[in-house]
Amino acid sequence: MAFGPHLLLAVLEGLVTSAVLALTALGLSLVFGVMRVVNVAHGELFMLGAVLAWAITTSIGGNPAIGFIAALLLAPLIVGAVALAAERLVLRKVNYDPEATIVATIGLLYIIQQLALTFYGADARPVLPPFNVRISLPWFGYSGYKLSIIAASALLLVISWLVMTRTKAGLIMRATQYDRETAQAFGIPVDRVYAGVFALGAMLAAIAAVLIVPISQAHYLMGQDPLLLSFIVVIIGGLGSLRGTVVAAVLIGVSDGVISVFFSPTLAKMIATLLVAMVLVFRPQGLFGRTAR
Amino acid sequence: MTDRQGFFDLSKKGITRRTALKGLVATGSGLVAPGFVRYSQAQSSAPIKIGFQCHRTGIGAAYGRWYEKTTNAAIKLINDAGGINGRQVEIVIEDDGTDAGRGAEVVGKFANQHKTDIVYGTLFSNVVIGSAPTAGELKIPYYVVSEGYHVASGKLNRYCLQPGITDVRAQVTSVAPWIAANAGKKVTMVFPDYAFGYDHRDYLPPALKNAGAEVVAQIAIPPTESSFTKYFPQIPAETDVIYHVMVGPAVLTFVKELGEFYGSNGPKLFGFIDSLEAVDVNSPGLEYLNGSHFWEGAPRYAQADDSDAMKAYRAAVGIDDNGASTSDANDVSTAAHMFGCWETLYVIKKAMEDSGYKGPEDRAKLIEATEALTEFAEGPEHPQGKKVFNGKIHQVFGSQNISKLEGGKLTVVHKTSIEDGQYEPEADYTTQAL
Repeated sequence: MAFGPHLLLAVLEGLVTSAVLALTALGLSLVFGVMRVVNVAHGELFMLGAVLAWAITTSIGGNPAIGFIAALLLAPLIVGAVALAAERLVLRKVNYDPEATIVATIGLLYIIQQLALTFYGADARPVLPPFNVRISLPWFGYSGYKLSIIAASALLLVISWLVMTRTKAGLIMRATQYDRETAQAFGIPVDRVYAGVFALGAMLAAIAAVLIVPISQAHYLMGQDPLLLSFIVVIIGGLGSLRGTVVAAVLIGVSDGVISVFFSPTLAKMIATLLVAMVLVFRPQGLFGRTAR
Repeated sequence: MTDRQGFFDLSKKGITRRTALKGLVATGSGLVAPGFVRYSQAQSSAPIKIGFQCHRTGIGAAYGRWYEKTTNAAIKLINDAGGINGRQVEIVIEDDGTDAGRGAEVVGKFANQHKTDIVYGTLFSNVVIGSAPTAGELKIPYYVVSEGYHVASGKLNRYCLQPGITDVRAQVTSVAPWIAANAGKKVTMVFPDYAFGYDHRDYLPPALKNAGAEVVAQIAIPPTESSFTKYFPQIPAETDVIYHVMVGPAVLTFVKELGEFYGSNGPKLFGFIDSLEAVDVNSPGLEYLNGSHFWEGAPRYAQADDSDAMKAYRAAVGIDDNGASTSDANDVSTAAHMFGCWETLYVIKKAMEDSGYKGPEDRAKLIEATEALTEFAEGPEHPQGKKVFNGKIHQVFGSQNISKLEGGKLTVVHKTSIEDGQYEPEADYTTQAL
């Protein structure tokens, strides 16, 4: 294959990865930014979204588009409810203590993963995409659905940005992130903000999972990679920075696509990890993060 | 035991550290003692214990579930027919998480804690390679059902045996002439980037060359990969046939993306069914595989010429004509591999009977008895077909099936002979000390 089409394919693949990664990492970044909680179970909430998408689409049946839209609406809500319960029953009980929450969310990771194994099983199960269009380019064919993921993710990111910067809810979240105690002194119900943010973070992961599941199947171990990549993105982009998360996701996704197509996937992972190390050494707050106060 | 009374009746004597320690030791030995007593009786009446290293979780979990069903079915038949050497057989299962490190721990646990007679049943090559040194150190026979070439290669040790399923090198060697004659002369290989994939990478090219075909590209894919389109540009345009061996949950994605990439004018496909074990071939997204060919150890779908032994085996394990569970049509089996569990258990039975196996002190005799076996006739104990066993490399050889996927089912179109797959042995375990 000639260089031009080869590069086009690499960039397309990279953008699909970026699109899903940006949403997942945004959830992680939001939770850390506002609550200072490192949610190790984030990948499992992603997996839960995918597994629920399978359950919802198979129970509805009929036209795949209807099932998919139902999954896109219902799966994030259920995952959000699970996260809310976890926040109330676990994170609040350990008082959001940074060390304790890491251990608690590791526990949560295993609980969710093993419950999925018990009730969903060890198989990878497919979910039909809402539409099946093969875009036939002169050099190769490409899935139309994959392109729509990029668009959907961009739309959701714009909405998130509008919510964070233009609404009262966003203002409250930003205030809590900026200074928890002062926010509380000004009458912001920090406790409820925490619960809401944790659920919101989980819902973003679930939406990303529903979007990706028609191209990668639901499997109970699928949460590991997104967790790792989300951490990389969040560290590079700066914790709690929406702009940083998106830029880092595109950077990691596209470079992963291009490097794995032209060289090897292992090299792509090595470079991403090296990038994390460099960022941690030279700009510990991340590319767009503010220095910790 | 004598101090026990004193320990519990502390009020009379007053507690010193020494008496307390003595008491603890005594209580400890008291707890252990019944186990020893039972153990010494075990040789005559207690069951023979087989430790089953099972992939209950992790990437091999679908295989593990069916290996377990097959094992239970075979053990039930063996026990109903009087067991082994007049003793019942008991299966002790430990989950290895399809993880090499955990696998070695499990072998240790079988030998030291459960005190099983042997260890059996592992499939994934990483677990086998990780566990084999422990089995060798603890001198516990380790019967794997893994199909990797690692046993036959001589890389493991004398305690590791594979008497129930043909290894990958032999499988690949026996199907290569068919690929060259029927699918195409220029082959691109896509395989997972670890031990199992390397067996294919190393042994297909020479076999194809002998048959007058060549490998034009080899694409190794990391086992955790979830998206494949980015690898497809590496497939040379001149490719006649793509030879694919993918394992793990991402195979559906692989096929779907291959279909999107090539549309209707791509190369032919030849795959190892390993990619689709436990997956319904009629799953959405797999349409692209229609008309392609697969290697199968034992056929998933019931064939017109199935022997009575094969029919009885399928009924005992509980799979229907489509190779799915008789109780759940969506639960597709790993039929191409799991017959190996059944056959391995019958080989163990034969070797235990030949050696007059009584207990762990006879483990060396059991290894020697297994090595002395040479042939297994087709029949209820070996439903997949006749086998030839090479005691020097601890490896069995059987015939292989090539099936075509058509009309929503796999139909066997070619059966290789045992000779097709045989190669010059590279090792001799019998020279190692026991």
